Amino acid sequence: MTQGTLLKQITDYANRADPYPLYAELRRTPVSRQDDGVYAVSTYWEILSLLHDPRISSDTRNRLPGMGGTLLADSEEEDTGLPPSFIRLDPPEHDRLRRLAMRPFGPPHTPRRIHDLRGELDRMVTGLIDGLRDRREVDLVDDFAYPFPVMVICRLLGVPHEDEARFHVWAEQIVAGIDPSSSEDPAQRQQAAQRARAELGRYLAGLAEEHRRTPRDDLLSAMVTEQDPRERLTPIEMITTAVLLFIAGHETTVNLITNGMLTLLRNPETLARLRKEPELAVPLVEELLRFEPPVQFLPQRTALTDIDIAGTVIPKGAPIWLVLASGNRDPRRFEDPDRFDPERVDNQHFGFGSGVHYCFGAPLARLEAQIALTQLARRLGDPGLAEDPPPYRRNPVLRGPRHLKIAFDGVVG
Amino acid sequence: MSAETALRDFRRRGRVVVVGASLAGLRGAEALRAGGFTGSLTVVGDEAREPYDRPPLSKQVLLGRTAADATTLPRRHGLDVRWRLGVAATGLNLAERRVSLADGDEIEYDRLLIATGARARPWFREAEAALDGVFVLRTADDAAWLNRRLAAGPRRVLVVGAGFTGSEIASACRERGLEVTVVERGPAPLVGALGGVVGAVAARLQRAHGVDLRCGVTVTSLEGDAAGRLRRAHLSDGSTLDAEVAVVGLGAVRNTEWLAGSGLAAGPRGVACDAGCRAFDVHGIVTDDVFVAGDVARSPHPLFGYQFLSLEHWGNAVEQAEIAAHNMISSGLARRPHLWVPAFWSAQFGINIKSIGVPPMGEEIVVTQGALEEDRFVVTYGFQGRVIAAVAFDQARWIDFYRRLIESAAPFPPDFPNVDRRAGGTRPVPADFPDPSLPSHGPTVTLSGYSPSERRLQFTPARA
Amino acid sequence: MRIVVDLNRCEGYAQCAFLAPDVFVMHGQEALMYDPGPGEERSEQVLRAAAACPVQAITVEGEVLSDVR
Repeated sequence: MTQGTLLKQITDYANRADPYPLYAELRRTPVSRQDDGVYAVSTYWEILSLLHDPRISSDTRNRLPGMGGTLLADSEEEDTGLPPSFIRLDPPEHDRLRRLAMRPFGPPHTPRRIHDLRGELDRMVTGLIDGLRDRREVDLVDDFAYPFPVMVICRLLGVPHEDEARFHVWAEQIVAGIDPSSSEDPAQRQQAAQRARAELGRYLAGLAEEHRRTPRDDLLSAMVTEQDPRERLTPIEMITTAVLLFIAGHETTVNLITNGMLTLLRNPETLARLRKEPELAVPLVEELLRFEPPVQFLPQRTALTDIDIAGTVIPKGAPIWLVLASGNRDPRRFEDPDRFDPERVDNQHFGFGSGVHYCFGAPLARLEAQIALTQLARRLGDPGLAEDPPPYRRNPVLRGPRHLKIAFDGVVG
Repeated sequence: MSAETALRDFRRRGRVVVVGASLAGLRGAEALRAGGFTGSLTVVGDEAREPYDRPPLSKQVLLGRTAADATTLPRRHGLDVRWRLGVAATGLNLAERRVSLADGDEIEYDRLLIATGARARPWFREAEAALDGVFVLRTADDAAWLNRRLAAGPRRVLVVGAGFTGSEIASACRERGLEVTVVERGPAPLVGALGGVVGAVAARLQRAHGVDLRCGVTVTSLEGDAAGRLRRAHLSDGSTLDAEVAVVGLGAVRNTEWLAGSGLAAGPRGVACDAGCRAFDVHGIVTDDVFVAGDVARSPHPLFGYQFLSLEHWGNAVEQAEIAAHNMISSGLARRPHLWVPAFWSAQFGINIKSIGVPPMGEEIVVTQGALEEDRFVVTYGFQGRVIAAVAFDQARWIDFYRRLIESAAPFPPDFPNVDRRAGGTRPVPADFPDPSLPSHGPTVTLSGYSPSERRLQFTPARA
Repeated sequence: MRIVVDLNRCEGYAQCAFLAPDVFVMHGQEALMYDPGPGEERSEQVLRAAAACPVQAITVEGEVLSDVR
C-alpha cells in the first residue's frame, strides 16, 4: 500500500470499524500528498500548528481548480438560498457569526444556560433508561444514543420533538452530503443534502416566526427577539446558524455516547469502576474524546499560500485534511496512545478540534456524555455486547456504530 | 568522590535554600522535588503569607470579587519544605555558603536559588507617599487596603502611570463606577511595552470607558490635608486635581539590596545569570551553586541577540524556576538553557491582551489580522527584517503561530496572505516606541547590554 | 480549594465558564476572571472545568503538576 492511497483506504467502508492501524501508517509521513491531490496531516504537532495557522482557510471557495480533493465534492450552497454557516467561514465573518450565536448559548452573555440544564439532562436520561425496564436487549443507538441528544437539541433550540419524523430525514441527508465514502454519485448526494438543508431551513424559519410571537426560554426565541441591532443575526444568518446547531447538535453526540458505551463494554473493569465512582465520568469522557473522537478528521481546510511544514510544501489552493483521530493516537504526543486510560493526566486531545473553530457545543456534548454513560453504567444490569464490532455508519468523518446491540439483565433503580 | 557521585549525594541529602516565596520560589521548590531532590529544602520569604498569585490582585480583587488573601497558589502534594516566612534575607556569604536572615538566623546551603522578585516603585517623596490615600499595588496587603478604599466610594481615583498595572487599576475603577484620572508621562498608555500604535488603541479604549486620561503630563506633587489625608495632586501642566485616592503605578524595583557586597553581579536591574540560570559574580564569572529565577533575574537570550532580558512576567517566573531547579540537580550536558519566548497577558476594559516575543525591540509594526479600530487584531513587530514580536487584542488563539514565526526568525513584513488580513495590513509603519534614553514608566522588558564579557567591566553595584 | 490558571496558555475557549460558572467568568469575549479560592462545595464544578480545559491551563491543588508543556 502506498502513502498516496491511504486516505482512500481510510474512507473505504471496509475499514470503518478500525481505521486506527491505517492512521498509524499515515503518520509515517506527517504531511502526505494523496493521489487525488489532498494533503493529509496526521501527526499531533503538525495538526495543532495548522489549526492555529491563519494561512489555512475553512472556506472551500479558496480552493483552486485542478488542486484535487474530489473525494469530497465542495458544496456550493448558494443555490439552496442559504449562505455558508460559520463552520465554513473564516474570520472576521466567522468570528462575528459565532459570537452572535454564542450570545444566547454561553458566556459571556448567558453563562449559566448549559450548567442549569444539568437536572433536565439527568431526567431525560432517567426517563429513557426507565423505558428499557421490560427489555433484555437494546439497540443503544436507536433506543438511547439518538433520542437523547435530539431531545436535548430540540429543548435547547425550541424545536417541537413531535416533528422528529420530519427532521430526521433531513438530518440524515445533510450528514450524507459530507460523506466522502459513499458509493452514490457525489453530485446527486450533494443535491439531496442541499435540498434537505433548504427544507430544514424553511422549517426552522417557520418556527422562528412562531417564537417571535410567543418567545420561550430557548435559543430560537432569544435570537429572534434580540433587541440590539448590532448583536442581531440577519434572518438568513439566523437560519443557517440554526441549521448548523441543529445538525451538529445531534449527529456527533450520538456517536460520542455510542462509542463511549462500546469502549466501556470492551473495558469491563472501567465500566465496573464507573458504576462505583461516578466522578470517573469526567476524565473518562476526555479520554473517550481522544480515543474515539466523534469527528475523525476535518476535510474542509485549504492553504491560502504555500505552506512549508514537516518537510513538505502544501501548495496554495490545495485541500488539506486534518486527521484529528490520528493526532489523538500519535505516540510522539501521548504515552501508550492505543490504550484507553480513563485517568490519563496529560490529555490535550483534538476531540473538539482546536483554534477558532473549536466545537461550539463542546460543553453540552461533554455533559450529555458524562450523564449518559454514568447512568448507563449504573443502571444496566450486567451488560454485554451482542456483536463486536458492531455495524458502522457509512460516514468516515462523523464515525460511529449504526447499531449497538447490548444484552443486559434488567434495569437497576 | 567523583563529580557524578557528589551530584547523586547532593540530590539525596543536600541542602537547598530558596530565597523568595512567591511564584518563582514555589515553582522552583516544586520542580526540585518533582526532579527527585530528596534533601532538605528551605524557602525564605519576607511576607508572612504562603506563596500567592499576584495577577488577580489588580483584576478580580480590585473588583471586589475575590478576597485579597484568597489567591494562595496551589501546591504539589508532598512538597516537604521548611518555610521561613515573614523574615527577609539580609545577606549572602558566598564563600561560606550562608544566607543571613533579618531575625539573626543563618542558613547554610549547598545550592541556593535566588527568587526575591521585585517590589512596587514607591512615590518619590516619602512624606507624600505616606499620605492616607496614596497606594502602590504589588502585595496582597496592598490590594486589600486599596480594595477597601475603593469600596468606600471615593469621589475620584488618581492613577499615576499607565503601564499594565495602572491601566488594569483604571479598568477596575471604571467597572466599579468610580471616576478615575490616569496621568501618564508618555504619549499613550502601554507605550513603553507595546509602542505608540497599540498605545493609541489603549488610549481610545480608556477614554471610551470613561477614563479621564491625561498623557504627556506628570504628577509633580501630592498634597494632603491637616489630618494627613490625600486631597489633591499637582500636575506638570500647572493644573491641580482633587482626588481622595492615588495609586502609584511607576513600575517595579528589583529586590537585590540584600545581595550588596556579596560579590554577586546584583544591582538595580537584577541579578545577572547565564542562560542556565547560574548567577554571575561581579567579575562576570559564572557561579555553580547560586541560581536565579523570576523577576529578579537578568539572563541572555540567544533568540534576541544574546541580550540580557529582565522579564517581569508570570510565565517567565514559572519557566525559569523550572529550568533553574532542573539545572541545580543536574550537571554538564544534562543542563538546559532558558530559551522561553517571552509572553504575557493583561485583561483590561473587557479586552484580553496577549504579547509574544519582545515588542520593544520592534522598529516597525504591521496589522496582520483584524483591525485596530475594531479593538480586535494581531499586530506583528519587525526588527532588522525579521519578526520579533506580536501583540493580540482578543485574538489569543492565533498567538502560537506568531511564536513560531519569532522562533524561526521569519521575514518581516510577513509576505503571505492569511485570514482576516485587511487592506491596510500590508504596509508596515513605525512601531513608535518612545526614545529609551528618556525616562518612561512600566516597560515590562528591559534590554540592557550584550554578552557577559562586555558587561564585566561596566558592572557597578548600586542601589535603586 | 486552591486553583490557578496559566493565562499564558489560556486561549479563551470558555469551557470552564460554561461548566463552573460560579468559579470562572468570562470578562468580554476572551478574558477570564476566576475565583482562586473557591469553597469545597464547588469542587465538582472545578474538577469538571479543569478536565475540560482544551489547553490544560487550570491547576487544582493536589493534582500532579504536569511536566509536559
